[in-house]
Order: sequence, then structure tokens, then C-alpha cells
Amino acid sequence: MYSQGLIGADGRTTESPEFLEAFQRRIDAEEKIEPNDAMPEGYRRTLVRQIGQHAHSEIVGMLPEGNWITRAPSLRRKAALLAKVQDEGGHGLYLYAAAETLGVSRDQMTEELLDGRAKYSSIFNYPTLTWADIGVIGWLVDGAAIMNQIPLCRCSYGPYARAMIRVCKEESFHQRQGYEIVMTLARGTPEQKAMAQDALNRWWWPSIMMFGPHDADSQHSDQSMAWKIKRFSNDELRQKFIDATVPQAEFIGLTIPDPDLTWNEAKGGYDHGPIDWDEFWRVVKGHGPMAKDRIKARRKAWDDGAWVREAALAHAEKRRARKMAAE
Amino acid sequence: MALFDAVLELADDHLVLGHRLSEWCGHAPMLEEDLAMPNMALDLIGTARTLYDYAATLEGQGRTEDDMAYLRGEREYRNLLLCERPNEDFAQTMLRQLYFAAFMHPYWQAAAGGGDEVIRGVAGKAVKEMAYHIRHAGEWVIRLGDGTEESARRMKDAVEALHLYTGELFEEGAAEGVDALPSRAAIKPAWEATIDHIFGQALLSRPVVQYPQTGGRRGLHGESLGHLLAEMQSVYRAHPGATW
Repeated sequence: MYSQGLIGADGRTTESPEFLEAFQRRIDAEEKIEPNDAMPEGYRRTLVRQIGQHAHSEIVGMLPEGNWITRAPSLRRKAALLAKVQDEGGHGLYLYAAAETLGVSRDQMTEELLDGRAKYSSIFNYPTLTWADIGVIGWLVDGAAIMNQIPLCRCSYGPYARAMIRVCKEESFHQRQGYEIVMTLARGTPEQKAMAQDALNRWWWPSIMMFGPHDADSQHSDQSMAWKIKRFSNDELRQKFIDATVPQAEFIGLTIPDPDLTWNEAKGGYDHGPIDWDEFWRVVKGHGPMAKDRIKARRKAWDDGAWVREAALAHAEKRRARKMAAE
Repeated sequence: MALFDAVLELADDHLVLGHRLSEWCGHAPMLEEDLAMPNMALDLIGTARTLYDYAATLEGQGRTEDDMAYLRGEREYRNLLLCERPNEDFAQTMLRQLYFAAFMHPYWQAAAGGGDEVIRGVAGKAVKEMAYHIRHAGEWVIRLGDGTEESARRMKDAVEALHLYTGELFEEGAAEGVDALPSRAAIKPAWEATIDHIFGQALLSRPVVQYPQTGGRRGLHGESLGHLLAEMQSVYRAHPGATW
């Protein structure tokens, strides 16, 4: 792995005004920042936090969807869901690799996830209660993720931007697949349609909360915008998502659970009802319904697998020693 | 209908083992295995789908692959006992995979030259997949067998727990006398050679089994298969006739 040599590397820079100005000029000229380039410590930290959170979200996100692999209601759906959850794991893998170019190891990031220091997308702290949730997660949660992630393909940090190109292609496929699951249910038996509507009712608000607090309350935004890590504000992205999703729901005869949702001709977009920010902050702060179970499951997998990882290292060491002895 | 029954047996082996592997998804010892096990599960489930579809065609009564998978109970499932054994730990999971793939690889090689077009097609693809499964699972059996004290103990325990189910691999079952499919008994020398080659590097030995377990082909399973099927079939059976 090419990033190995960078882990723990001393990336400290003397952040004189001239250095910061020169860095900003590179950003403004749309140059990509690469792993060995000098960068402000804040830029590095912001990216480690963001890429790490993104990677953790992919990994924890395997759990709510993995919950339905063994119960998928047809062999075709079972295979597709397995492949989808596998894709999420793959995203986690190359996002961890992108973060490693900034000097942190995957093991370090994993420890931070397991002991609660690192965050992940709080959407995954809601439970998947029926098969319809698998469709709605693909449609809404992956749909919202794409809105957030497409601009990241142009992020100023090269390894992250390049990783996002592939991630977005796969997420876009997942979104269409999820919508197709929901469409099939909406056109199915009355029970299937009710299942789809119920899942939409439960996932709609958490999905639009995925874009984060209103712009006025977003603490990381201004600097991230200046550094071109972020290119659109939370509210702009949320608006795009709602405008794209409402007609999709209408097309399959499902109702968005927001009585205040109305088309605003003047702005050319939908106005939505108030978001329950108390719920948002409760879940973000780790009190979502499945928060404890998710970390418990990740910790169990990590702890139960310790002997396997130790054995792999021990075996590799034995092989190396044997090879040395033979030479 | 001997071919139908034999194809169903093969399909059940692949679906049940694929389902077992899929249970690991999101819970593996390392991220790389969270990708590798679903990958192998997808190979097996893909093969099962083609075989169920073929069985349904041979039967000619309008059943679908999903009817085959979701509407038969444990007494009607014909899979090998080996395939349904619970995952337990990573050592048992990898050994179970090795035992199965070390059989299926030469089996599909032989089937690729047989007289049935569908089986030849399945075999052509599955041969490559099984070669990879042998490599992946075999490397883990070697790493764990010759790793730490704990991993070596777990690997020996895995052999102890699973070897008694391997004799069933070589029973002809419904394929007895079916020209389109290879003799299962004839695969034994190739299987033993693969296992011995890997066990040699894993510091393991192939035990002599006094009391082999068998019966899967007659629907005589262990208790865990019923739970696997109850889980797998729950949504499908709760909505009879629905399309997914």
C-alpha cells in the first residue's frame, strides 16, 4: 500500500501567513493537493476527520442492510443485497486507504470508532424493521449520500476526490436499485405497498437530516468551503435532494410524510416543514435507537477476529524467518 | 427424474453454503474478509440460481427458482450436512469452504466435458470460482494451522468438528447412473490430494473417521438447518404469491 510510508510521518508545517496564502492560492487555482505536499495542520485534521467518518459510515452502514441478507425475499434480491453491502465494505476500504495518505493508520481509526471518539453517519443508528427498509435506504439514504458526495469528486484533496469518483458510480447504482425495490413493492399487494409507505414514513426525516444542521448552525462549513473540501452548503444540498425525490415518490404513488411540503414557484423548489432538530442532535450525540448495538456489533467482530489477525501476522513472520534462513 | 433430483441436490448444497457464508457479512475478522466472504457467497448463490432454474425446467411444472428455494422445508432439502454446519469460528468457516471447494473443483472439471449443455455451462464458470475458493480458504487454513498457538488449536478443533461430514461428499445420491454428471466417488483421490497438500503446510493431518455422519441427501439434517430455512424463507412465506 503506497500510503504505508506516510503513516505517522511528521506533517508539521510552519504556518506563516505567506505559507497559508500560497496554499490558498493553489486551492483557488483548483490544483489538487497530494499526500506529500505541505498543508496546514487544520486542513489535514479536517480531512482525516471527514474521510475517517465517511469510511466508518460505510462500515457501520453494512450492519442495518446486512440485517436483511439472510431474509431477502428472492434469490435475485439476496444476491443484489449481498453485492451492495460488499460494495459498502469496499468503499470503507479505499476511504481508509485515502485517510492513510494523511498519516493515520486504519487500525488507529478503527480504535477511535470502537471507543466512541470517531463519529459515523447517525442515519445508521436507526433500525431496519422490514424488507421495504432495504429499498428505502437505497433510494433515500444512498440518494442523499450521492448529493453530498458528487461535489466531493472535485474536492481539493486528490486521493479523496479520486476515491469518490468510484464511490459515486456505485452509490448511484445502489440508489436506482433501491428505488426499483420500492417501486416493486408500491405496485405489489396492499401489504407490500403499506410496507413501502411505512418505511418511507420512518426514513424520510432522518434522510433529510443527513445534510446536517441549517447553514447558520453549521460549525465546520466556512473553512471547509474556503479549502474546497466542501462546495455546497447543507441547505443547498438538502434542497436539491428534496426537489429530486418528491417527484420520484409521486411517480410510484407514495406520500412524503411532510404535510407542509409545497411547491414554491418563486424559488423553483419545494418548501418543507420544520425539521425536528432535537431528534437530530439526540441521534448525532449517540442516542439513536441502534447506536449501542451498532458499536457493540463492530466491537464484537473486531474482538472475535483478534486471534485471526494475530495468526496471520505470526504466520507471515514465520514465513519471512524461514525465507531468511534459506537464503 | 434422476437428473432433476441430482441437480436439486447440487443447488441445495450451493444455496445453503452460500447462505452460511453470507451470515458473516459485516462481522468478519477484518475488512478484507468482509469483502471476500460475500464474494464467495455470491459465487455459490449464483450457481444455485442457475441450477434451481434448470431443475424447474426439467420438472416442467411451472415452479421458479424461488419456489424451489423458499417453499421447501428441511425434510425436502437435500444438501450435504457439511454445507449446513454453522459458521462457529473463522477456522471452521474456512475449513468447511476448503472441504467443499476441493471437491467441487475436480467435480466441475469432470462435468465440463459431460453431455448436458446446461451443466457444461455451469461447470465452465464454477471451475474458476472453485479454484479461487480453494486458494483463499486453503491459504487461511495454512495461516491459521501454522500461526499462533490459539489459531493452531482452533484449526485442529475445526478438523475434529467437520471431518466426519466429508464422507458424504462422495456418495452418489440421486446422481447414481446419471450420465450428465460425473461420479462423485471418483473425485475422492483428487480431493484427498488437495487436502493433504494444504494440511501438510498447515501442520494438520487428515483424521480417520470412525463414525461418519450422513443423511442430507435423504433430508435427514442436523437441527440448525431448520433455523436457517425459517429465517431465509420468512418474508417470502409471509406474503404468498407476492412479487419482489
